[in-house]
Amino acid sequence: MLRTNIIPLFVIIPLLSAFLISLLGKYLKRQFIYTVSNISCFLLLCFSLYGLNMLRNTGSNILVYKIGGWAPPFGICLVFDGLASFMLVVVNLIAFFVNIYSLGYIEKYTDKPKYFTLFFLMLTGMNGLIITGDLFNLYIFLEVASLASYALVAFGTDSEDLEASFKYAIMGSLASLFIFLGIAILYGFTSTLNMADMARIITEKTGSRLIPFVSVLFIVGFGTKAALMPFHAWLPDAHPAAPASISALLSGVLIKTLGIYALSRILFNVIGITSGISAILVFLGSLSMLVGVLLAFSQTDLKRLLAYSSISQVGYIILGIGLATPLGIFGGLFHLFNHSAIKSLLFLNAGAIDYAAGTRDLRQMSGLKEKMPVTANTSLVASLSVAGIPPFAGFFSKLVIILACIQKGYFGYAFIAVVSSIITLATFMKMQKFAFLGKLNEKYNNLQEVPRAMKFSMVALAVICVCGGLILLPGLNFFLSDAANVLLEGSRYAMKVFEAAK
Amino acid sequence: MSTYLLCLVLFCVGLYGLLRKRNLVKMIVGLAIMGYSLNLFFVLLGYRLHGRAPIDAPDQVIENMVDPLPQAVVLTSIVIGLGIMALLISLAIRIYEKHGTLDITKINKLKG
Repeated sequence: MLRTNIIPLFVIIPLLSAFLISLLGKYLKRQFIYTVSNISCFLLLCFSLYGLNMLRNTGSNILVYKIGGWAPPFGICLVFDGLASFMLVVVNLIAFFVNIYSLGYIEKYTDKPKYFTLFFLMLTGMNGLIITGDLFNLYIFLEVASLASYALVAFGTDSEDLEASFKYAIMGSLASLFIFLGIAILYGFTSTLNMADMARIITEKTGSRLIPFVSVLFIVGFGTKAALMPFHAWLPDAHPAAPASISALLSGVLIKTLGIYALSRILFNVIGITSGISAILVFLGSLSMLVGVLLAFSQTDLKRLLAYSSISQVGYIILGIGLATPLGIFGGLFHLFNHSAIKSLLFLNAGAIDYAAGTRDLRQMSGLKEKMPVTANTSLVASLSVAGIPPFAGFFSKLVIILACIQKGYFGYAFIAVVSSIITLATFMKMQKFAFLGKLNEKYNNLQEVPRAMKFSMVALAVICVCGGLILLPGLNFFLSDAANVLLEGSRYAMKVFEAAK
Repeated sequence: MSTYLLCLVLFCVGLYGLLRKRNLVKMIVGLAIMGYSLNLFFVLLGYRLHGRAPIDAPDQVIENMVDPLPQAVVLTSIVIGLGIMALLISLAIRIYEKHGTLDITKINKLKG
């Protein structure tokens, strides 16, 4: 068996389970759905870890799968390199734990087959977007993931959910149109849709004024998907409206895959980043960092607070990647990994409180620590980690980003990063105080801790939040540095893809 | 060139509908028009004057042919657009059931 044959499995497995569940879920027992979803999430996690290991053993650090045997400029190819394998591990790791959590949490909702179908369609879209090497294919997977997420946001079908989903769908489709226009113009310019071939032609035809225009179209399009500051308006409505497990997936991985990964892949590897674009990214990143956390501080709805905090943390990642220095990209990707674990955990905690106490309003909760010790402690770990307190993972990634800013001479941006981090600490201490500390509200005297499946996921993610800093150790940091190297080598990506596809 | 400008006009019509109309259905129609204008733009990129379909047969000589790739791409894009339209319209129907109105200014439980 060829080693490249595992690459299409990242799309096939979730797509197959989505259709299996939607076709058979109605007639078979609930246990069947749970088994299918568990097995397929587990397989995806195994394959992504195996792929990471496999990539280490290939000399060139890149594997290309040619669909139907057509070589790159003509056919669609799937490219599995350091960045793709890093993102696949992040997505499938979070999806695995969110899936286990869903088994307990989904009891609240009626139509379980549809939930899991949409869940796997979203996963298909994200995995496909990560491994594809074709620009239009990327757009299709982006739309698959977005469509599934619009539907999942409206899953509760309350009037708020529907309104949030409508808003999200309108803004998301508008963003997709911008991306589509960008792809159309790039096709007109290069006469190819293959990302590697496109990168080759763009490096040859320099000096066109179309390229900055297309870059801005992509920043608007993918920036909306990533909820960068001027384009963020959908996120604080959409993420709280979704079921908590889905909010965890949306905030944890969807905005990063659809927004940050796709943007950085195209800007760095296809178009080639210029200092002007880099400056725009750094500015937008710092803006979302500061304004997001200021807005988060004044919220009283727990999930809305977390949603605004997501905007702020996405700002850190974009700031790091936008610096376009080795240290900055390394820090940005490291924060991407940490934040996906942290924010998923925090949303799962919010879901656990909602599940047990039936409220999301911070003012009504009080002293829940007594009744829900697991939720309270895991939430404390995540809060300290997102605020950047030393032993936790969030501290190291923020430190790397701030050091990268200083290294490049951006003292102002480094200062904004520090200030935002302090306000983040205040925000999460406020959240802890309202939700878990203090005297127990009397109406919660009979409160039960959540089911075992939900506890397991929260504890596992908390362990990742604590141990995430260990990735910096010399034996393990290939996980991040291989991914950062892919972005750093820029349009040499094209050469490597063509060589690997021979 | 003028055809591209007409695409831009169509795009702006759609954008106007999306931004200025208060009715949810009219907003959806605006979004659809924007989508179609971009599809049209992409197809026009592959058009050659007096070109013909690139179907290769032994007894034919093709001198000038249109680019088939944008047509295939736009076909896919139309299908995706259809999916989004279906979802948006079903959302609008459910919103109408809940609120009894399609006026966007009266549906404002969230403050974004």
